[in-house]
Amino acid sequence: MRKSNWLLLVFGLVLTVFLAACSGGDDTSSDGGEGTEDSAPEQVLNILESAQIPTMDSAQATDAVAFQFLGETMEGLYRLDENAQPIPAIAAGEPEISEDGTEWTIQLRDDAVWSNGEPVVAADFVFAWRRAVDPQTGSEYGPFMMNGVLKNAEAVNKGEVPVEELGVEAVSDTELKITLEKPVPYFHSLLTFGTYLPLNEAFVTEKGEDYALNSDNLLYNGPFKLTEWDPTGENPEQWTLVKNADYWDAESVKLEKINVSVVKETSTAVNLYNTDEVDRAGLSAEYVEKYAGSEDYKSLPEPTLFYLKLNQSNEALANQNIRKAIAMSIGKQDLVDVILANGSIPATGAVPKDFTTHPETGEDFREINGDLITEDKEAAKDFWAKGLEELGVDSVELGYLGGDSDVALEMDAYIKDQLEENLEGLTVEVVSVPFEERISRNEKGEYDIQNSGWGPDYLDPNTWLEMWTSTSPYMTNNYNNEEYDSLIAEANNELLTDPVKRYENFLEAEKVLMEDAAIAPLYQRSRAYLWRPSVKGVIFNPMGADFTYKHAYIEE
Amino acid sequence: MGKYILKRIGYMLITLFIIATFSFILMKMLPGSPLTAEEKVTEAQREIILEKYGLNDPIPVQYVRYLGNLAQGDLGVSFQMKNQPVTDILMSRAPISAELGFWALIVGTTFGMLLGLIAAIRQNSWMDYGSNIISVIGISIPSFIFAGLLQYYIGVQLGWLPIAFWGTPQQAIMPVIALAIFPMAISARFLRTEMIEVLGSDYIVTAKAKGVSKFAIIFKHGLRNALIPLITVMGPMAVSLMTGTLVIEKIFSIPGIGEQFVNSVTTNDFSIIMGTTLFFAFLFIVIILIIDILYGIIDPRIRLAGGKD
Repeated sequence: MRKSNWLLLVFGLVLTVFLAACSGGDDTSSDGGEGTEDSAPEQVLNILESAQIPTMDSAQATDAVAFQFLGETMEGLYRLDENAQPIPAIAAGEPEISEDGTEWTIQLRDDAVWSNGEPVVAADFVFAWRRAVDPQTGSEYGPFMMNGVLKNAEAVNKGEVPVEELGVEAVSDTELKITLEKPVPYFHSLLTFGTYLPLNEAFVTEKGEDYALNSDNLLYNGPFKLTEWDPTGENPEQWTLVKNADYWDAESVKLEKINVSVVKETSTAVNLYNTDEVDRAGLSAEYVEKYAGSEDYKSLPEPTLFYLKLNQSNEALANQNIRKAIAMSIGKQDLVDVILANGSIPATGAVPKDFTTHPETGEDFREINGDLITEDKEAAKDFWAKGLEELGVDSVELGYLGGDSDVALEMDAYIKDQLEENLEGLTVEVVSVPFEERISRNEKGEYDIQNSGWGPDYLDPNTWLEMWTSTSPYMTNNYNNEEYDSLIAEANNELLTDPVKRYENFLEAEKVLMEDAAIAPLYQRSRAYLWRPSVKGVIFNPMGADFTYKHAYIEE
Repeated sequence: MGKYILKRIGYMLITLFIIATFSFILMKMLPGSPLTAEEKVTEAQREIILEKYGLNDPIPVQYVRYLGNLAQGDLGVSFQMKNQPVTDILMSRAPISAELGFWALIVGTTFGMLLGLIAAIRQNSWMDYGSNIISVIGISIPSFIFAGLLQYYIGVQLGWLPIAFWGTPQQAIMPVIALAIFPMAISARFLRTEMIEVLGSDYIVTAKAKGVSKFAIIFKHGLRNALIPLITVMGPMAVSLMTGTLVIEKIFSIPGIGEQFVNSVTTNDFSIIMGTTLFFAFLFIVIILIIDILYGIIDPRIRLAGGKD
């Protein structure tokens, strides 16, 4: 009797506690952001990210979210303007470049300070860059962005020479001298990248292992300061940016505050947008149709390309006609319209649209070279027949390596279908694997056809074309064309100081690559968003941080 | 009892050791490395980084080093969340998942038991059918559908509750309800079946004949005996609810441990994989122990330490 009553009592108690908790009165945080004053709008932006910030250490950053918030809170020598041109930031003006293009002298502005009041000096850059290639740091992007660019970067990273040998030197507090391995035409745009941000040595050394673990262990010299960011705190997935009053150009910064929350589910993001809790939400394909016509809808093209890598170690794929047939038989327009449905466009070359322009005429790379590989099913059939004849077979079986996300599964099924339908005698065996596994098979060259993609690392066609040379570590599809190799080699050696001829080499090289159908371009990605129309002045960047909020403001 | 618990703790350590060993071996068989920019970093650059973190050493060496650190309570640092200590990540996220799971379990089983009890007492009445329909719906419809419906109708259309995030009691209501549906349905069904069986047994008939009050029959004689099977299924359910539910956490943007765990596996974040696996295993073993002790309390016929007394 007593025991069962006791049990009942416990249940009763628990229920009461729960109900009390539900109706609980201490609601302190839920009613933020509902400004009722009807005068000037509050300069507060509420945005969502799809992932948390993995790191705020510029040497360790490798992903879009990290570079986004490094870009808002820190400032390097240059930053990108709305036309994706580098403009002086911590640098006082344009660099002075030596005749041979390998020595860059940059004067620093003397009014830039860190958020602890110390001035931003040339030594801060020296420290940060040395740290990025120091093997003890274990940075991924340090060597990736600096090897072959900064003098001795590779040797330092391999531990062959001390970090002091790296080609960067503080002549005075406001003068930085950079020595390059060779003239690098895109170095100017590299200097806007997160890996090239400065660091305050005293602060970083003092914090040691704790540096950049949360917003209290960071120093800022950019337009905003990060607050309430703590990946191991009570709320690891929400943080705030506040205007940095000590920023040298604080006058241009109009936003007072940016609230950021991590939302991974698109439907949740859309619900939050529709109830006015956030000013921006990323859209997935199923929502695009619903919102495409509205004034809140924006489709922002990215310079990210997707293509099929055709591995020439396979006998059939070693045949140029077979490769051409594959590249031309896929319905790319349907792929972007129906399966991706986010504003992506069919890719017709190895360099994306709206990425770089001719140094003299200002014409876009894609415009000059035109559509090199387009969808042409009839031509594809002819190439296919010719290829089969040359091979002396009447059927071909190919493996197809793809990703395992929902979109990838759908896309790969569609491509398989297109290939098999248009190319008689072809059987495609799709294998869908997680990203890590695909990368691992890619490196070992264990695929026939692989659905793959690439994002740019600097503003130069080289970021798209050098990787297809026979000596590139990224070229795993056994493509080898001497003409192509020599065009790229020329562009990266003799022609480094002749921008026009160099650009023309790249144009020529792309034609060779596409004539060979070394890869089959699929599409250039766009991202679809809901953006509150009252938010103005946000810059969309083709590399580095996706957005720049420095000049953003909320209109009445 | 004390001796029994000590013995169980001993077994627990052995189990944890075996789990640690197996997860370590399985984890090392995963393709790829924990690098975050794997498609860009060249092989030579990767070797330098792996060397720095000791990931190039033979696996037995890495294993012994890991166990050594583990014995000192050091779970290492994350690779994806650069240099964040695994213990801190667990400590910040696990309590959130545990809180959500705890309330879902309490709400689910409380209402589930209520439904089951009513259904059993009023067998074949409209209340029984109603309760059955609720159970079937609860079991067959996945929780993310409920979550989506709740979020849209209560959060967006009616605007009664916040759509997402975690921190205030209001924000907890919808995810708790969505997550509680399944344990509610399960416990309603279990309790109904058991109760009907128990209420039909001879000793209940005897009690009725003796004139014991209806309340005492149901709660003292009936419920207590009907609870045993329910408690058996509750243990694993409690663990799965409290160790983070990927889907609910994602829909309501709750920074729990569920997605962190899945992410760590797909990104080869070795120290997080090990840390969360061991943590989950530990929790599971502890809850099983608690359940075993509960058996003894609820049903005195079950003796834990063997029939010496």
